[in-house]
Amino acid sequence: MSPTARVDVRKTYKLYVGGQFPRSESGHSYVVDDARGKFVANAALASRKDARDAVQAARAAFGGWSGKTAYNRSQILYRVAEVMEDRRPQFVEALRQSEGLTPTQAGKALDTSIDRLVWYAGWADKITQVTGNANPVAGPFFNISTPEPTGVVAVVAPQQSSLLGLISVVAPVVVTGNTAIVLASPERPLPAVTFSEVLATSDMPGGVVNILTGKLSNTAPTLAAHMDVNGLDLTGYAGDAEQSRLLEEAAADNLKRVLRAPDTEPDWSLDPGLERMTTFLETKTVWHPIGV
Amino acid sequence: MLDRVTSSPTIDNHLASAGGADFADITRNDDTLRRFLHGLPGVDQVGAEARAASLGTRSIKTTAKAWAIDLAIRMVDLTTLEGQDTPGKVRALSAKAMHPDPADPTCPATAAVCVYPDMVAVAKQTLGTSGVHVAAVATAFPSGRAALDIKLADTEDAVQAGADEIDMVIDRGAFLSGRYKQVYDEIVAVREACGPAHLKVIFETGELQTYDNVRRASWLAMMAGGHFIKTSTGKVQPAATLPVTLVMLEAVRDFREQTGQQIGVKPAGGIKTTKDAIKYLVMVNEIAGDDWLDPDWFRFGASTLLNDLLMQRTKLTTGVYSGPDYFTLD
Repeated sequence: MSPTARVDVRKTYKLYVGGQFPRSESGHSYVVDDARGKFVANAALASRKDARDAVQAARAAFGGWSGKTAYNRSQILYRVAEVMEDRRPQFVEALRQSEGLTPTQAGKALDTSIDRLVWYAGWADKITQVTGNANPVAGPFFNISTPEPTGVVAVVAPQQSSLLGLISVVAPVVVTGNTAIVLASPERPLPAVTFSEVLATSDMPGGVVNILTGKLSNTAPTLAAHMDVNGLDLTGYAGDAEQSRLLEEAAADNLKRVLRAPDTEPDWSLDPGLERMTTFLETKTVWHPIGV
Repeated sequence: MLDRVTSSPTIDNHLASAGGADFADITRNDDTLRRFLHGLPGVDQVGAEARAASLGTRSIKTTAKAWAIDLAIRMVDLTTLEGQDTPGKVRALSAKAMHPDPADPTCPATAAVCVYPDMVAVAKQTLGTSGVHVAAVATAFPSGRAALDIKLADTEDAVQAGADEIDMVIDRGAFLSGRYKQVYDEIVAVREACGPAHLKVIFETGELQTYDNVRRASWLAMMAGGHFIKTSTGKVQPAATLPVTLVMLEAVRDFREQTGQQIGVKPAGGIKTTKDAIKYLVMVNEIAGDDWLDPDWFRFGASTLLNDLLMQRTKLTTGVYSGPDYFTLD
């Protein structure tokens, strides 16, 4: 009897919403090819209603997540970084397939991504000192400004850099207490799918980060117009001025904070600065009488 | 489409042998009541649950959905039954019942507001002649554990304050221990105390244990003269469920076949989303018939449901998903 060849387990990846891995409500999926055009896997094709469900999950998670101490949030992000480290082979494989990197390059990209997450995790309990202030006023009052998270933020992740870019847009949004709906790169969704598996097995509460795969045109306009979304990061629309203008217009209805699409995708290896965090923060100022 | 199934021959025969549509013989004492109620055909639990689940899969979209949402809004008994209720909260709730979506004048008003008896006057004052009814829970709601004269005084108090509808609870202890005559007499007495007000009879189906008991309680309350039969107080889990409501809808359908008298149904508690509400409406249409698709014959006891209905309504008119920030908290 000749040994039969092992049958491959062909994967159909699912969405990550509210800490669960649901299939798309539409039941649709799409083919994901590797950098050379060879079939890799199927991924869920998120629909308008999946976007709606993700907003509900993100809104439900917002109270708990923004209410945690900054210290606690940073610990949770450190833990995510640890779990990413444990999944190294899976990430390297996903990066090789998605971006066509050599194992060495993929390993380096993963290192930078984990470092980026750790860097942002450290900011959780420091951003208030940098952006908050005790204001001098002409009266017997303490006048204190503190940053607070904006709320539910829809993030269009970068198209090219599928892991480092993804971490560089998601981490700054959630580290300050926002919750996020992330639209992964449609062509390169696998690192985002692996990242969702990391989130599900770390201490991150369900609903804080929700990851949708599939065509942006199915989900981005819905999120941009959704009245219960408070912020919109259009980084993934880099170079597409026409589309991002339409989305900005839709976002204006409820005065969402918008991070505009850059002309070209940024070089993610550079020092990220604070802008991605401060865009999705609101300043609260309190006046408190100086006690007698 | 198949003709709607009329009441089962078993119920026809059963009623005929028990003395026809005149209930005087049936309701004479505990023994006659027990013979009748325990002789009702048993509910097929698996069948009822499967039927309710399959009706819940119907897809209702676009214009049909818009119609269903407006109907559901008109069927809502907007409810606040908390120890912490204040006149201010009842006033706000009443204002919301009259104009659920202040931004949209085409949005219909709800059927009623549902409050404790001491808040009836406040609600009545706010609602005025708007046509929105005031429903009051009475008879030692929610447990029903009080002497009959106290329950009657509670009811009269609410009616005098201006309640248009009284939601009474049955004595589940008496029902479960088989003292049907006592339950029957109580409903009759409360119905009398209601005067012109409509009477809804709450079974608290979460405490009745079986669907057979739900069917028995439905017949008992309908024979005693309740205008509506209602699932739950909202204080006990599980509250309203689709299968329980299905059993009650079958009961009102069969009752009308026998007596020509139409009785309303009100599921209450646990109905939170538009999707849920539409499932109930589909079931009303399929089980009882479209005569019941009217606020006079079907109501939702709910508080959070209304906001979801409004959000879905806004979604249909504007094409954009709305959020809870744009509707009142309650």
